[in-house]
Amino acid sequence: MDKKYISVLVKNHEGVLARLSSLFCQRGFNIDSLNVSATNDSSLSRVTITTSGSEEEIEQIIKQTKKLEEYVGIFELEPKDSLIRELLIIKIAQDAGNRSSLLELATIYNAKIIDISVGSIVFELAGKPAKIDSFIENLKIYDIMEMCRTGVTAIQRGNVKLVK
Amino acid sequence: MKLNGSQIVAEVLLENGVDTVFGYPGGTVLNIYDALYEYQDRIKHVITAHEQGAAHAADGYARATGKTGVVLATSGPGATNLVTGIATAYMDSVPMVAITGNVPRNLIGRDSFQEVYIAGITMPITKHNFVVRSIEDLAPTLRSAFAIASSGRPGPVLVDIPKDITAEVIEYEPAAKQVPEKKSYIDGDSLAKIAEVINKAEKPVMFIGGGAKTSGAGELIRNIVEKANIPVTHTIMATGLMRYDMPENLGILGMHGSVIANKAVDKADVVIAVGARFSDRVALSPGKFAKKATIIQIDIDQSEIDKNVKTDYNVIGDAETILANLEKLIVSAKHDAWFEELGSFMRGYPRSMGGDKLHPKDIMDILSDAAGENALYTTDVGQHQMWAAQYLHHVNANNFLTSGGLGTMGYGYGAAIGAAVGTGREHVFHITGDGSFHMNMNEACTAVSYNLPIITVIVNNEVLGMVRQWQTTFYGKRYAASEPERKTDYAKVAEGFGAKGYTCRTNEEFKAALEDAMKNGGPAWIECIVDREERVLPMIPAGGTADNIIYE
Repeated sequence: MDKKYISVLVKNHEGVLARLSSLFCQRGFNIDSLNVSATNDSSLSRVTITTSGSEEEIEQIIKQTKKLEEYVGIFELEPKDSLIRELLIIKIAQDAGNRSSLLELATIYNAKIIDISVGSIVFELAGKPAKIDSFIENLKIYDIMEMCRTGVTAIQRGNVKLVK
Repeated sequence: MKLNGSQIVAEVLLENGVDTVFGYPGGTVLNIYDALYEYQDRIKHVITAHEQGAAHAADGYARATGKTGVVLATSGPGATNLVTGIATAYMDSVPMVAITGNVPRNLIGRDSFQEVYIAGITMPITKHNFVVRSIEDLAPTLRSAFAIASSGRPGPVLVDIPKDITAEVIEYEPAAKQVPEKKSYIDGDSLAKIAEVINKAEKPVMFIGGGAKTSGAGELIRNIVEKANIPVTHTIMATGLMRYDMPENLGILGMHGSVIANKAVDKADVVIAVGARFSDRVALSPGKFAKKATIIQIDIDQSEIDKNVKTDYNVIGDAETILANLEKLIVSAKHDAWFEELGSFMRGYPRSMGGDKLHPKDIMDILSDAAGENALYTTDVGQHQMWAAQYLHHVNANNFLTSGGLGTMGYGYGAAIGAAVGTGREHVFHITGDGSFHMNMNEACTAVSYNLPIITVIVNNEVLGMVRQWQTTFYGKRYAASEPERKTDYAKVAEGFGAKGYTCRTNEEFKAALEDAMKNGGPAWIECIVDREERVLPMIPAGGTADNIIYE
């Protein structure tokens, strides 16, 4: 199912993340990733939710979130009008035998090398989720030692400003 | 004026018109209780046997008076004992403020004695909750709690206060009560369009829930129903909003609803839902609910629109305001053919399963006659609750306090205590079953201490009747754990608590016991012995439709 992205603005209160996740968990919403970040207004946080839920489920996520006392704003991000990004950090086992092919792959994807040690190399890649998926897919022939991805964070294109 | 945190708690209660608090003392609320001692001329504190009873009492107080109920408990077990009471209030949208003490701030997070993260525990069962982190936040937080609890769709709010804050001193500045604006906004489809749909309907049904009661829309609904000749059905939560003997009132909808109400919704061409959330006990099969009808939904909570059943038109806002506007657009009508069609489904509730013991319907009839039209009833949960909903002669929605959403066995005694304290009525009738009553009968001590005129009618079939009924129908009569073989002598236990006790086997004995108990005035228990084969009928099995009604 297609991924949908929902942007939530909430008051930056203690426990707001627990409250949101408690709500999603209780109602059984399918959340693929949830990213919390600071905004240019220190009293607000932006939570970006990635979900593969149905239209009905997204409607309920939006309606239920609106009932929270910390709620400030919520909207679904249309991929064509939005800048949707994610960050990946991935560590691969390396030696002289695979190093050059790894570097070649990193060049293709524009990934940065942020650490290289005897036996391992760490790449950083920021981009659309699909690009990250594809990079990971291509790295699967190697020994992936560990990895983490931040989950999606996104804003709308154009002159949209953060308003309370 | 310099006050400590505990005095500020008392002052904010007074700001919000609170004159009664239910609760139970303990270590972390000792400072607050010290303030309640100081303020005892203005704030009455009622101590219950158990914090759960106090939470139900605050809930019953709120439902019976329309004011926000307040419950106070200590940290740890005191707080966790509130949980069922808070969840009960949450599911039935009852305004409540729960105040809990917590360990001092320097001990928080260290697994201190009687420390529990009650804000985390109650997150999914409160409208909102707070942990007060500084004395500066205390008064504003408590004020918001009261505003949130009673505004829009009401609900419980919990405020957790660390003990050291209740002792800290700060300048207190009084503030006026924040009166929540009645949410009169109207949002959604146009009322003109909706009125047109209703005016063109040939088989309309109005379906009302707890929100219609909360909004105070009873009279408007009556007017519309009479003007446009629309049959009306209700959820358990709206029991009494329409008089039981009103010709348009079809009775309860759903699992244990009347045949006529369920058939009416099934055959209707237009269903107008007001303050009802299409729960699984009403729309047992949401996809087939009112399958021929254009469904109109009016609710103050936007998340209820299309949550369980897809509707065709909706309006979000206060039901009373919306209906007042809608009423003007609805034309007078006659639906004789529709009523005639429904008439064929008019069958009373099956009277009894036989046996020479007391019959549930007789119990409710005798009680209704003795108690009078304006009597206030509370119930526990199970068969007796359904019989009380079906058979009592309901005329006022604020007179029937029952745990509809959560289905809390043990709700009734606490609720009766709250209702008795809050209304000062001559009598409050608590209808219970032998299963439910064993959960919280300890609150008899509270009824006795405060000499509350609570008459408990125990419908005793010696089994967990509702569970057993399901086992009879769906589990091949394998009665697992539903026949506990208790030997409780209710009359004796009542006396042990200092209440009056009666045991009745016949209608005459029951009438006499009621008369005596009502004359005496204080708390009494009246045990009515009924047959264990009695069932609540009709019944639609979970997931079923009006085509699956079990009559006998």
